[in-house]
Amino acid sequence: MATYSTNEFRSGMKVMLDGDPCNILENEFVKPGKGQAFNRVKMRNLKNGRVWERTFKSGESIEAADVIELDMEYLYTDGEFWHFMKTDDSYEQVAADQSAVADSENWLKEQEVYQVTLWNDDPIAVTPPNFVELEVTDTDPGLKGDTANGGTKPATLSTGATIKGVPLFINIGDVLKVDTRTGEYVSRAKT
Amino acid sequence: MSNWRPLASIEHLKQRAELLAQARAFLVARDVIEVQIPALARDSITEPDVQSIEVPGYGYLQTSPEYQMKRLLAAGMPSCYQLGPAFRHGEQGMLHNPEFTMLEWYRLGFDHNQLMHEVADLVDVLLGPKPYQRLTYEDVVGKSKGRGRDALDLAFAEACERLTPGRFFITDYPADQAALARINPDGQTAARFELVIDGIEIANGYWELLDADEHRQRFKIDSEIRQQRGLPAMAVDEAFLAALEHGLPECAGVALGFDRLVMLGGGAKALSDVMAFRGS
Repeated sequence: MATYSTNEFRSGMKVMLDGDPCNILENEFVKPGKGQAFNRVKMRNLKNGRVWERTFKSGESIEAADVIELDMEYLYTDGEFWHFMKTDDSYEQVAADQSAVADSENWLKEQEVYQVTLWNDDPIAVTPPNFVELEVTDTDPGLKGDTANGGTKPATLSTGATIKGVPLFINIGDVLKVDTRTGEYVSRAKT
Repeated sequence: MSNWRPLASIEHLKQRAELLAQARAFLVARDVIEVQIPALARDSITEPDVQSIEVPGYGYLQTSPEYQMKRLLAAGMPSCYQLGPAFRHGEQGMLHNPEFTMLEWYRLGFDHNQLMHEVADLVDVLLGPKPYQRLTYEDVVGKSKGRGRDALDLAFAEACERLTPGRFFITDYPADQAALARINPDGQTAARFELVIDGIEIANGYWELLDADEHRQRFKIDSEIRQQRGLPAMAVDEAFLAALEHGLPECAGVALGFDRLVMLGGGAKALSDVMAFRGS
């Protein structure tokens, strides 16, 4: 199994920590002039998204994680798994479970491309694009002509997700651009 | 296209030039004379936590001018300083670079307390006057007894980072971290100090150990630690020991990381903001 020494650590490198694959975010060299050298490393646990900070003695090695990130097209869900297909014309598919899809479930739209993180060929995370366009399936009736007033309301989207901060003039059937990082309304999509 | 531009802004580099000139003027006005020590020499230091860059066939790039400057002092050189490059293998980060600029000076007849005053005077000239607080090593990390050296080094590094804002002299290091400082009369602590400014280690000074046998003993411990850790063996610098046997005058000395000072002076966050270029 490949290992990385602290002096090879770079942001974006995938390593194993406590049995979970992690993505290195930051690597800081810490050393008192007359003391031991350390690397203080921030990494994101790729399974649960949590950020961990660990300090290693410089020169220590940790195991590399076999992690790749692929752009894949979302196909459908069978209720238990969410199926994605490679975009390289191989038609190869993977099935992601609930823990991999997690909150991204709110933004899954068929034929849209998502980033799927594979660890030892198993999907462990699904990242949506920063913006998706989704149709409104339910919201209070729109107020005609009210485009300037600052009032907002919630709206339910085709994925089942409910977003807040939607302007009052939005109607059922409108397509909205949503920021998936914040879960907030951005604009009405041009149709 | 290759990125040929300097890392630092021209403004920062002009400020560096001004600080270099001010530091020299400060020392010269106090009759501390400039010396030039070769950056490349046959031997280097045994310290297990400082790694030298070897130049095959020639020796090592010097991690500090300490041994050669002490050879000058033993030969009759008065109080003197060197402002020039120093090299350390494997040190790279926001506050580290394998090549950096060190200001090191020795004061005949001074002890570490007198030298701390002088360091504060110099920093006041370079960065503007501010108050200094004095803390012992124990104030900074708590009792060191029974704690491993690794744990202590990390605790110390992290505690220093929290010493911000402000200027702090840390004194009374444990005797096993004396480096080349003499041991205090209590037998437990060393006559060593460090200056930390806004959480960044800036200078390290000693009331210098003079005894040649004690040096030999400390180098032997260094070599044993090197062996335990699987680090390259370093030959003891016999010319340095011979100079000590001849006799080093009573003195105190300090080494100051000049780039870090320039960084603080310019309000920069990383060494690379005040360095023209980076070798690697």
